[in-house]
Amino acid sequence: MMRPTIFLAAIAALPASASAQALPADPLDSPMWQYHAERLFAGMPVSFDERVKIEMPIIAENQHAFPVAIDARALPGARRIVLFADLNPIPVALDYRPLAAEPFIATRIKLDQATPVRAAVQLEDGSWHLAGKWIDASGGGCSAPPVSRVRGDWAEHLGEIRGSGWHEGSETRLRISFRHPMDTGLVENIPAYNIDNVTVSRADGTPLARMHVFGSVAEDPAFTVIVDDPARTAFSVSARDTGGLEFSGSLAPATRPVMASLHP
Amino acid sequence: MMLTRRAMLGAALALPVAARAEQFAGRYEPRAEPIADGLWMVRGADAPIEFGNGGAIANSALIATEAGTVLFDPGVSLTHGQALAALALQVTGIPVARVYVSHLHPDHAFGAAAFDPWIVHALPATRKELERDGEGLSDAMYDLLADWMKGTNLVLPLGDVAAGDATFGGRDFRMFALSGHSGGDLALLDRRTGTLIAGDLVFHDRAPSTPHADLPSWRAALDVLEATPHKLLLPGHGPLDTDHTAITQTRDWLDWIDATLRKAVAGGLSMAEAGDIAIPGRFARLKAARYEWQRSVSHFYPGLEEELLPRLQEIRP
Repeated sequence: MMRPTIFLAAIAALPASASAQALPADPLDSPMWQYHAERLFAGMPVSFDERVKIEMPIIAENQHAFPVAIDARALPGARRIVLFADLNPIPVALDYRPLAAEPFIATRIKLDQATPVRAAVQLEDGSWHLAGKWIDASGGGCSAPPVSRVRGDWAEHLGEIRGSGWHEGSETRLRISFRHPMDTGLVENIPAYNIDNVTVSRADGTPLARMHVFGSVAEDPAFTVIVDDPARTAFSVSARDTGGLEFSGSLAPATRPVMASLHP
Repeated sequence: MMLTRRAMLGAALALPVAARAEQFAGRYEPRAEPIADGLWMVRGADAPIEFGNGGAIANSALIATEAGTVLFDPGVSLTHGQALAALALQVTGIPVARVYVSHLHPDHAFGAAAFDPWIVHALPATRKELERDGEGLSDAMYDLLADWMKGTNLVLPLGDVAAGDATFGGRDFRMFALSGHSGGDLALLDRRTGTLIAGDLVFHDRAPSTPHADLPSWRAALDVLEATPHKLLLPGHGPLDTDHTAITQTRDWLDWIDATLRKAVAGGLSMAEAGDIAIPGRFARLKAARYEWQRSVSHFYPGLEEELLPRLQEIRP
């Protein structure tokens, strides 16, 4: 697990406030709250904030692919989103940096047991704002082999990218999915092997959104981001996995609006 | 950032005692309602499988014959199957001599543990699916229902059902070998009373579930059932259908989820957002609608994304 180490080092290198703040009590009463909060938030101010919305189903129908959407658009100055599940063996799933993009991210993750699933949103001032829910899951999301390993065809489609774009005002919503086994390293005889970073750019190379991705993101990872797009341009997507392979593709400018009336 | 076992153990010890407290199951108390001559319906709870209901959510049927009672769908667990056997004896006066398992799902199939496997009959496709998925489903049921599942071993039906006319204990049935809700879906028409026992091909005022569904086959199966003259329809879940509305309602739901899932994928919604889509008012009477909609999103979304989202043009450096 080389990448996570680098990730931790990056967190540790964040400017620590002179006097570390006391952690607020966890409304989810998680046994791992203190453990994760101390490591992830490194002494910066932490609060539970209703402006952070985390959307997920009421049950984990498939613990190998549990959908989560995080929307921090109501929180001015959000610059980073960390998605984590306290009781997963690989707790952090995603560390997202919307560079010229909304603080919104959706993906599917693995769950290894009943656990809080949380969104931690960091503002420009370094403070962290959290939301989360307990979700019940039966075991094995991280410790069972991915379907493509069982089927044996994972290598045939490795790195294939699918996606599309939809207008959302002056922005564009992009849904991007990759074929990748996203091996956790927790299954016997299959070493960890996952996509570990993804960048979305304008066709001219300007980066719009960047994320670190960990082994607890579901097999064939899919992401939704909402990027600035006043000029309706084409995009490029690039990703690298822990084996050093790079995958990239280009997306034509969006031509249709996002589905309206989510909550009529 | 991998957690060490030590860190997890320390955390587990810190859990409040209440969260770790053992819960004990209650008792199954199934009740039989007479619906036609020598035919009783046993209603399941119109809810998801939960510890509180012991998983007793599927409907069963008891049919009296000269050779013994026919039990259509034996419940979810050993003790549930035993309770249904006792109920059968009580209302018909004659023990269960034949058990039909409509399909592989545990709420219908796992109560077979209470019976001699030689009297348990199912479609060959159902036996194959139980061989494939039974162990995994069993783990999931023990996880959800804990103590309620005590002693429930997976029993594979040893008798084969074939499509067509059949007689048991002097009572004439027509058997239907269909699929769509799962890979093998058995339905039974009781000729004497014109009662169609539909298994999970038909839901009534309870949202259909789709973990192994193939929607085109399911619609074709509904066409077959609709074309079969019947007076009463006993659905897999929900109340008895006395006015020929349940098949239409099931088809309406399947059509709606199919169209809506495609619209959501093509319209750029993520899975989590799609799970929150408003459910039309005409489905207001369907129990567990939000729950089943979100399950269906989980069952179909990744496949539909693969089907509906185009491949990106590869960039060559």
